[in-house]
Amino acid sequence: MLGYVIQRLIQASLVMLAMSALVFVGVYAIGNPIDVLISPDATQDIRAATIRHYGLDLPLWQQYLAFLGRLVQGDLGRSFVLNIPVLELVLSRLPATLELALASVLIGAFIGIPLGIYAGYKPDSPVSKGIMAASVLGFSVPTFWVGLILILTFAVNLDWLPAGQRGPTVEVLGVGWSFLTLEGLQFLALPALNLSLFKLAMMIRLSRAGTREVMLSDTVKFARAAGLSEFTILRRHVLRLISIPLVTVFGLEFGSTLAFAVVTETIFSWPGVGKLIIDSITSLDRPVMVGYLVLVAFLFVTINLVVDLTYALLDPRLRRGGRV
Amino acid sequence: MAAFWREYRESWIAVVALAVVLLVVAAALLAPWITPQDPYDLANLNLRDARRAPGFVGSGGYVHWLGTDAQGRDLFSAILYGLRISLQMGIAAGAVAMTLGATLGILAANAGGRIEQAIMRVVDLQLSFPAILLALVLVAVLGQGKVPLIIALVTAQYAYFARTAYGAATAERQKDYVEAARATPLPGHRVVVRHLLPNCLPPLIVVGTVQVANAISLEATLSFLGLGLPPTEPSLGMLIANGFQYMMSGRTWISVYPGIALIVLIVAINVVGDQLRDQFNPRLRR
Amino acid sequence: MTDRLLEVRDLQTHFHTRAGVLKAVNGVSFTLERGEILGLVGESGSGKSVTGFSLIGLVDPPGRIAAGSSIRFDGQELVGLPQAQMRALRGKRIAMIFQDPAATLNPVLTIGQQMTMAVQAHGGGGEAAARALAARSLTRVGIPDAVARLDAYPHEFSGGMRQRVAIAIALLHEPELIIADEPTTALDVSIQAQILAEMKALAKDSGTALIWISHDLATVSSLADRVMVMYAGRIVERGAVADVLRAPIHPYTRGLLDSLPALATPGEKLAQIPGSTPSLLALPPGCPFAPRCPRASEACRTDPPLVGDAQHGALCHHPLEVVA
Repeated sequence: MLGYVIQRLIQASLVMLAMSALVFVGVYAIGNPIDVLISPDATQDIRAATIRHYGLDLPLWQQYLAFLGRLVQGDLGRSFVLNIPVLELVLSRLPATLELALASVLIGAFIGIPLGIYAGYKPDSPVSKGIMAASVLGFSVPTFWVGLILILTFAVNLDWLPAGQRGPTVEVLGVGWSFLTLEGLQFLALPALNLSLFKLAMMIRLSRAGTREVMLSDTVKFARAAGLSEFTILRRHVLRLISIPLVTVFGLEFGSTLAFAVVTETIFSWPGVGKLIIDSITSLDRPVMVGYLVLVAFLFVTINLVVDLTYALLDPRLRRGGRV
Repeated sequence: MAAFWREYRESWIAVVALAVVLLVVAAALLAPWITPQDPYDLANLNLRDARRAPGFVGSGGYVHWLGTDAQGRDLFSAILYGLRISLQMGIAAGAVAMTLGATLGILAANAGGRIEQAIMRVVDLQLSFPAILLALVLVAVLGQGKVPLIIALVTAQYAYFARTAYGAATAERQKDYVEAARATPLPGHRVVVRHLLPNCLPPLIVVGTVQVANAISLEATLSFLGLGLPPTEPSLGMLIANGFQYMMSGRTWISVYPGIALIVLIVAINVVGDQLRDQFNPRLRR
Repeated sequence: MTDRLLEVRDLQTHFHTRAGVLKAVNGVSFTLERGEILGLVGESGSGKSVTGFSLIGLVDPPGRIAAGSSIRFDGQELVGLPQAQMRALRGKRIAMIFQDPAATLNPVLTIGQQMTMAVQAHGGGGEAAARALAARSLTRVGIPDAVARLDAYPHEFSGGMRQRVAIAIALLHEPELIIADEPTTALDVSIQAQILAEMKALAKDSGTALIWISHDLATVSSLADRVMVMYAGRIVERGAVADVLRAPIHPYTRGLLDSLPALATPGEKLAQIPGSTPSLLALPPGCPFAPRCPRASEACRTDPPLVGDAQHGALCHHPLEVVA
């Protein structure tokens, strides 16, 4: 087990390194690195000074090392538009996005998995067919359109929930979280629902496919032959067996949820990291773009690592040195 | 082939979906002839017709069945032209991505060893990266327009095709008849073309349909965010975005109708893809 | 007057597929006394496994036991029995063992967990009592250090040991009947003989009746008291093992015996039954073996009559000469 963990950590670090190299190449070799560091309307003197300061006239590999050095220290440059360090800016917006992503992931899991298991257990019932039809809609319909419809229905027509913005926050561990207030939850409801729909549909389909396959397996047959109740079989055998592929997809999907938050945050004016990237693209705030990319790459690698480790926890064949 | 169609017909939903797709394709192809207005020709637009409800008779003398948008475009025409763009983008991106991805996948499966590992490592890495982020970044770097958009879409999607083709080719290569074929003096690429390729096609087609739907959805999303095609050639996403601000004041048709058109197309393609997948999947066959 | 343990009359199990109705079991009747070991032999597709599943009520849809079939277990009619009552029987009075223990045991649960579930499916008291029972059962099937092994996972056992675990699960509640569906086929030849001998001893020890399903006449002959030969859903010959082996009546049985490597003369070509098993969707009228039978004639187009007596009989128009 320890060997597995170490192996994964090394892999993760290598990927991070590769990612940083990619971003570096993308910005410094292909793009004009100067544009990342100073605003396009700076004077010639400032440009020359910046070039010397950042060593942009040095050979590329030296620049890469300097880049890495800055990265490790957390120096991702300063935003053109807001003139605050990028790291600070991104970190200040991160809690909002995390809140949103987590809420939608929870909805996807706690509603999607049971529905999917039911659909896999009784695949020919009309309820199951309805669930599956709804799931097709769930992942076909683009997130932004769902957001639109949600706003239209709940905010405009029914006036039950607010149409945008984040609710009031409560400080926990020095960070503001809005889900801890009732009003905050109201503001969180629609965006979280919007973001969760794709995931919900995916969880339903995956759980159903997994459940169907397991229900037809010899394991279930043998359990039935031993006289186990259907409920016990579902709870102890099926759930345990489908949890492995589910967790893997879950983890990967968490990353994609963070990505799709971009759309949801734009529609609902949710002050998260996603909205930040869109704003920075439209306003050509390159340091923020670079910072966002690096951060996302880091998050991805971390998420993948966590998923791999959870996988090992769930599948005993990996733990005791057995062969899968 | 006939048996395939017969089995397909068993699901009436799939048949309806297929009909819808064909209808949309036909409408998109015939758009210049069946629409009362060319929404790209700015000279056609009259601001006095802007934001009018469905059923309104405009200055052109014809009925705007679906109303007009903020620039005075007839929504019906704009939607049909928008569908055209969606289909163009989706199919172009899908086709290129499929060719690129399948070639890479089969190449990897065939080459083996280090090349196989290297290619698949990159593909896997890319698969774990969400398409939308990739597309966002590429559009930001490459700028707007049809070609950059297609490049972005292809880059975001080729990995799915690569993995599918790789999986199918690897499974096929392990079969005995391929071993036998390789023992003959037939040149290597003959084996690939005549044996590996036909067996990779069914899963590729399934992935292809889903990916076309995804490409359409992705393009619409990008356009909605203002990062897609230029505003002079409004795709469905842009139409929806433009109409967003009018939703609160009750002029919902500007966003909703293009939205419905988009949804119908995407869902129909996905349903067809679902049916194809079920039919091609040997494990579900009793 | 004691009831026979099992009385099967005209069992018909049909599969309603897209291509037509598949009569996997087409009129099977037999009896089983308490403590008797019965062998059920046939090629794949003969319907022997489906017969086993029908007895324990685990026929997967689109399969169904057709109306008119009767399975009386200890006087109770099983066909049409509500699922809840059937479940009370399974594992407790009728148990089943499958072919591939790697597939029947859940890889992500410990042996102990799976065994305690089987114990608690029929009452069985608390966790500790269930574990004690499980350990006793493991020891009985020859697994050393049983208590410690309860916390092991299936992949930590060898193939033969895994099957022993499955047998241990089957024996937990001291069932009156065990149905074994090709339990040694997936194991090494050397282990096969061991398991065979152990099962025979266990069955005789506890007075458990055993139905041993196999494609291999040789293994069955060393284990069973009586044997039934199945072909295309029907029993074509039945009798005491010694009688059937020494003087088979049905040409199919003769063909099976002739093709056994164990009975062949070294250096001679192995005899083979020409042709292949018929598709169960397109059975010829009359005797299903006729197309491959060297003794077939026009008469074989009609259903063959029963030849022989209650001890040793076959369904054939042209039975082999019975050697005195």
